[in-house]
Amino acid sequence: MKRVLVILAAVFSLAAAADPSERLSDPVLEARARAVFSEVRCLVCQNESIDDSTADLAADLRKLVREEIKAGRTDAQVKAYLVSRYGEFVLLQPTLSLANAALWGVPLGVIVLGFALFLLTLRKRGGEMDLTAAEAERLAQLSQDQAQ
Amino acid sequence: MIVEFGSFALVLAFCLSLAQACLSGIGRWRRSSILAGAGEGAALAAFLAVALAFAALMHAFITSDFSVANVAANSHTEKPLLYKIAGTWGSHEGSMLLWCLALTGFGSAIAGFGRNLPKGLKSLGVMTQGVLGTVFLGYTVLASNPFVRLARIPVEGHSLNPLLQDPALAVHPPFLYAGYVGLSVVFSLAVAALIEGRVDAAWARWVRPWTLAAWSLLTIGIMMGSFWAYYELGWGGWWFWDPVENASFMPWLIATALLHSAVVTEKRGALPGWTVFLAISAFTFSMLGAFLVRSGVLTSVHAFAVDPTRGALLLGILALTAGSAFSLFAWRAPVLAPGGVFAPISRESALVMNNILLATATVMVLLGTLFPLIREAVSGTPISVGAPYFNLIFLPLMAVMIVLLPAGPLLSWKRADAKGVYQRLIFAALSGVGIALLVYALVSPRKALASAGLGLAVWLIFGALTEVAERTRFLRVSTGEFWRRVTGLPRGAWGMTLAHLGLGIFILGACFETGWRVEAAETLPIGGQLKVGAYELTLDRVAAVDGPNFDAERGLITARKAGIDICRPSPERRFYPAGGQTTSEVAICTLGLNHLYVVLGERRMGPTAPVWLVRAYWNPLAILIFLGPLTMALGGFLSLSDRRLRLAVGQRTAKTS
Repeated sequence: MKRVLVILAAVFSLAAAADPSERLSDPVLEARARAVFSEVRCLVCQNESIDDSTADLAADLRKLVREEIKAGRTDAQVKAYLVSRYGEFVLLQPTLSLANAALWGVPLGVIVLGFALFLLTLRKRGGEMDLTAAEAERLAQLSQDQAQ
Repeated sequence: MIVEFGSFALVLAFCLSLAQACLSGIGRWRRSSILAGAGEGAALAAFLAVALAFAALMHAFITSDFSVANVAANSHTEKPLLYKIAGTWGSHEGSMLLWCLALTGFGSAIAGFGRNLPKGLKSLGVMTQGVLGTVFLGYTVLASNPFVRLARIPVEGHSLNPLLQDPALAVHPPFLYAGYVGLSVVFSLAVAALIEGRVDAAWARWVRPWTLAAWSLLTIGIMMGSFWAYYELGWGGWWFWDPVENASFMPWLIATALLHSAVVTEKRGALPGWTVFLAISAFTFSMLGAFLVRSGVLTSVHAFAVDPTRGALLLGILALTAGSAFSLFAWRAPVLAPGGVFAPISRESALVMNNILLATATVMVLLGTLFPLIREAVSGTPISVGAPYFNLIFLPLMAVMIVLLPAGPLLSWKRADAKGVYQRLIFAALSGVGIALLVYALVSPRKALASAGLGLAVWLIFGALTEVAERTRFLRVSTGEFWRRVTGLPRGAWGMTLAHLGLGIFILGACFETGWRVEAAETLPIGGQLKVGAYELTLDRVAAVDGPNFDAERGLITARKAGIDICRPSPERRFYPAGGQTTSEVAICTLGLNHLYVVLGERRMGPTAPVWLVRAYWNPLAILIFLGPLTMALGGFLSLSDRRLRLAVGQRTAKTS
């Protein structure tokens, strides 16, 4: 079991956050901390997570997250704590809230609308594909002529 | 003197573009081939004038003429020649000049190579290209002139950002810009077709090669940028959903959709309105990208050449050009004749699905990129939209597309036989599912998503090969007959197969790299060891290096596998005194298709001797991530060389004109 955990920890460890001087001794907690890092923004950087960033602030945030996780908080609690301190800006994945409804809803709306329009056009124009009874009869007659 | 000459050439180019727009427009209105011809001449002259201006700026960079403000701000005497040349397009002003060079270049290409185009369409296309040239050259001359002189000449320049001093990055803007701006041809042809009120198979056949060329160049440009990020930013990631990356990705997605819808319009005359809409959208997204990258409204890792007031101007240009094109579309689109009908199960339907999914992906990327701005403007609270959001929505969309993709080329036009396609693809489907399950069960650690992705890649690759096998009747005819069929396949068909294979190769690499990369980091003294995957790295020595414009520490490392020397990576940590920045120069050992990626970090004080932070990654199949897009672009070029594409255009237009 211990070996599996060591392998897991090796796989989860990434980038700047891998600095051995920062790591937690428990590989399970460390792996959880790493997962949280990739969803937290380094506030002073240009669109980097604290997992990737080498900025001092990112190191401070990593320390904070590791401490919180070591103290037994759940991932959700840690993120909520970060939001209460730094605002929603700190989360790289926006919350599923009413204010972000457009962000989550529009892609869904576009694809539903796209398919609906497509189906409607198919239905409206699909009729043109089928032969009318008279046309079918004429076709049958023509092919019979051909056969003879 | 040469600088003044360049400045003059730039103003001349602006006047020539204006003349090009007016002459071609009036030429079409009066149906005068003399005026239209003069417009084409002006297009060629405008291109030559911009080329002269560009050469003058490059000369100023190569000779380090610091009396030019742009050179002083972006160059340095100690910089290697390649980066002096690349400095020409490394700044806001220079990159706009490159943009104009490409724009007038493509304008003169329509004038020069468009012999087969109907006269009216050609004149209007050259006119639209002239209008675009006038607007962008006007902006360059008035608001972003690269030839402005300094009253007090500095002794030394400010230098280019050291992160940008890299061969892949130095050459990737020309590819990207040729791709972005290549879409302007499609835009101009769409506007011309709307004015003429006719979008038919001949038009679509003309649009396709330009889209293909732009798309292939854009693919290479994006791949190079991604490769640069992979080895230069130093943490092994290759796509960050960064606003600048998104800015280049949106035109690519739309161009991909356009490539597919143009096929439908060309072969079946269907979807003319939608194809024209995409043709306008593609260049609109290019311009939006130019605006986003330069305006500073969004923060980015690649933030470069940021200036808010010019951003407002660029936004104005975007609103003016795209706004008028879309208004024209709204006004004229109802005139276009609706195309042929098709059944729910047909190749047309498959291509429509492709378009719906790609369009949704583009809207999603656009929304994700701009939403932080919208949200902050509405509620005042800043939020971030990062990689987790994009991955969560983009990956399922693409998964659905890839599930459908192999069926597309096997379906026949108009009405297809679903059962036949199912029978032909069953082998590919079973292989995909089989490989996914096998990998999930056997490869440690277990990764459900990456295994599923691998399965999709295998399905896609086998599906594309099945299509070739069907066309050549592989194993069902004699070998000689099979070879005759293989060599007889049109290049366009091979191009499609290669592009689809490339996508499969890319997914293979992306899944492996994200799913099973191994990382290790340790502070090592001299002689210290670090284990990453099956490899053992030993830090033999750290040497001081005196580079042309930097000082560096170079770690001399030996990588061993089971005691046998494999390679000697020597990563560097560089300090550029000119800008006061530190960068890390990654060392990558290519082992088969895999990368051993080694980074030398900062020096620290250990208990007795100094220690260095060494990070190493084992990136399995990482090469495929870059080989895939390259294969796709190759497919594009191959398809472009198809003789039928060009000959058919000639025959068709000979009949109509």
